[in-house]
Amino acid sequence: MNHDYPRLDRRAAIKWMLAATATLAVTDRHALAAPALAAAPGAQGYGTDALLNQEYKPGAFWPLTMTDAQRRTAAALCAVIIPAEGSIPSAADLHVHDFIDEWISSPYPDQKGDREIVLSGLTWINTETQRRYGKDFADLDHAQTTAVCDDLCHAPDAKPEHAEGAKFFAKFRDLTASGFFTTPEGMKDIGYVGNMPLAEFKGPPPEVLAKLGLV
Amino acid sequence: MPIISSAQVKSDYDVIVVGSGAAGGQTAYTLTMEGAKVLMLEAGRDYDPVKETPMFQTNGQAPLRGTATPDKPFGFHDATIDGGWQVPGEPYTQASEDPAKQFEWWRSRMLGGRTNHWARHSLRNGPYDFKAYSRDGLGFDWPFTYEELAPYYDKVEMLIGVYGDNDGLENTPDSSPGVLQPPPVARASERYAKKHMNTLGVPVVAIHRAVLTQRQDPAVLPQKIHPGNAKAQKILAQSMSERAACFWATLCGRGCSIRANYQSTTVHLPPALATGNLDLVTNAMVREVTLNAKGRADGVVYIDKTTGKECRAKARVVVLAASGCETVRLLLNSKSAQFPQGLANTSGLVGKYVMDTVGASLSAQIPALEGLPPHNEDGAGGAHVYTPWWLYKEQLAGKLGFARGYHIEFGGGRGMPGMGAGNGLQNYTRGSYGLKLKEDARRYYGSFMYFSGRGEMIPNEGSFCELDPVVKDKFGIPVLRFSWQWSDHEINQAEHMEKTFTSIVAAMGGKVLGRNASRRRISEKAAIEKGGRVIHEVGGAIMGAEAKKSVTNQWCQTWDVPNLYLTDGAPFPGNADKNPTLTIMAVAWRASEHILAEMKKGSF
Repeated sequence: MNHDYPRLDRRAAIKWMLAATATLAVTDRHALAAPALAAAPGAQGYGTDALLNQEYKPGAFWPLTMTDAQRRTAAALCAVIIPAEGSIPSAADLHVHDFIDEWISSPYPDQKGDREIVLSGLTWINTETQRRYGKDFADLDHAQTTAVCDDLCHAPDAKPEHAEGAKFFAKFRDLTASGFFTTPEGMKDIGYVGNMPLAEFKGPPPEVLAKLGLV
Repeated sequence: MPIISSAQVKSDYDVIVVGSGAAGGQTAYTLTMEGAKVLMLEAGRDYDPVKETPMFQTNGQAPLRGTATPDKPFGFHDATIDGGWQVPGEPYTQASEDPAKQFEWWRSRMLGGRTNHWARHSLRNGPYDFKAYSRDGLGFDWPFTYEELAPYYDKVEMLIGVYGDNDGLENTPDSSPGVLQPPPVARASERYAKKHMNTLGVPVVAIHRAVLTQRQDPAVLPQKIHPGNAKAQKILAQSMSERAACFWATLCGRGCSIRANYQSTTVHLPPALATGNLDLVTNAMVREVTLNAKGRADGVVYIDKTTGKECRAKARVVVLAASGCETVRLLLNSKSAQFPQGLANTSGLVGKYVMDTVGASLSAQIPALEGLPPHNEDGAGGAHVYTPWWLYKEQLAGKLGFARGYHIEFGGGRGMPGMGAGNGLQNYTRGSYGLKLKEDARRYYGSFMYFSGRGEMIPNEGSFCELDPVVKDKFGIPVLRFSWQWSDHEINQAEHMEKTFTSIVAAMGGKVLGRNASRRRISEKAAIEKGGRVIHEVGGAIMGAEAKKSVTNQWCQTWDVPNLYLTDGAPFPGNADKNPTLTIMAVAWRASEHILAEMKKGSF
């Protein structure tokens, strides 16, 4: 499979799997069944003095770690959570799943909890769709996709057997939204019209003030 | 910047300045413009905002969509380099494991120090603030009055460029005519908040920030700032003509490549270097101040981080401007037979009375701000308005349960989307996804606001730093150990902030979402943030009118060693709610004039 961004190579992956297994053997035997949930493979962060005035793509500082199967499910979810709308591409079209891969592969502590939620969730959702329809999530038709997502999309309403999936869905939706609304297309879509030099700052236009009752 | 190597350091400087931020920058500027030969030593690397600032980079172009990490605690594009709550290899320690008794120390190891990243809020201390003890019997008086410092505030504001209004408010001084730049108009969320805050009796006025809203006038300002000094006027006019006005994009915390906002690296250092009187060495980690046989300071010892070698530099006068606590650390590490407890520490007060600003914050969702027509609200890259403290009378009458005031910084609206954009909407939308999620994200974008209180801390005996008896940094230099204590004045003040913000949000028809993350606060229950969190570290070597009760006199000159000055926040004997940077610069300018006068008299 072709990728736009650097991925963890096979040799590094094996090395990491062995290391993770060795660690887990003494700390958490239960997790041995799922070594991919271990911490990202000893990656380094970008440090305290990265060059700031340039563009970085996911994978620029640490390798992406999703398997092809995980990546396929993640892309399918991105496309459902933020689909194409007219000329505006979907989150999947904008490679938001690569950002999510970057996020869960990050060496920093705040992202480590999300790694576990996302990777177990990707497994959970395929297990669920296999049970219901005998297919992976990415292969469902529109009605099947909607049926599954409607069961998961609002955690407080989810049935107990969907609780884990709903928790994952909420996290994945937030990551997808962050990823999408920070792209040029997403910023425009949400209504952000700044980041351009102006000769003068005029403040809110009359229609905004009128709507707020400030005129 | 044109920096020199340790090998090029000369042997006949008038003054060594340790540090290159607001204090070091101002001190070097004032001294070199008046002809003194200065060597500046900076512990961090060379840094040029003109070349390095990410001006239009979007969060989507940053790793992790620009989110904060331990390497970049204010986000990827923040200007801070080699700095943060922890600096690798340069630890500090805590005397207690209780978060309420800890101080978190933000440092920045780069040319320009913490002036590269700051909010640019430039509020003057008022007359009450300099005579706090006389007014309510708590804390200390400064050994000078507001009126004595006011001319220096004017000069600093003209030099760096500060926007704001003169509102004639109590203990919130006006600047002299012609000093301030015009403030930008308020944004929609700021105006909507103002309308409802005013109904509660809470004032809202233009904030003062160090950002040029128009170009400085090089034909007028240099003459006012340097009367009778033609060379200084010419150099400053050139520097001012190279600074552009704000073009209303890019957050100021990233730095500014067009030099529209103040950072030492774009405003103080270029003209100081243009005088030919400033030599600058970066990666120079100063360890101690050295004394001659007469007990006068004669230079410093520093570690050249590029070679790892210990170096010495000599001068007639030594100025420490390394940031309040780093200056304290230098004094405590400069032990000698004459000063076994640390340099200039005959009073035993070096390290005592460290202060920060009281902080508490709430975020809120405001339905009235939902679904506004898209419009550009980037503005000046920071706040346009704020609330100065307004309950002086109630406070003096003892009705509030805390003795000193706070101001409110608030905002919201339609900034550049980052990590978190469109998040958490399931609380409003029953979990929409697909095209409905996009519609909801458009509706709720811009409807969130924050309110932060910034309050005065009264100096106390329980908030101090000292040398850790064991721990050393990677250079082998003993590190600081902190002790901290908030009094009821600060704790009650933070609770008052929260109550006020809750009332404001209710008046706006909004809903409070929550406080700052609990890891920022002293406990799950408390409103108040941990010591150090607001990064307004001052005190530790307070000034006063008597040598027994203070470390320096009113000129930032240490009582024990007359040619040793401390021009950063360390000599502050109080920490009004006003953000300290502007006052650091005004006090440093005044102290630098004293150094010049003493050198002229032949005192050193």
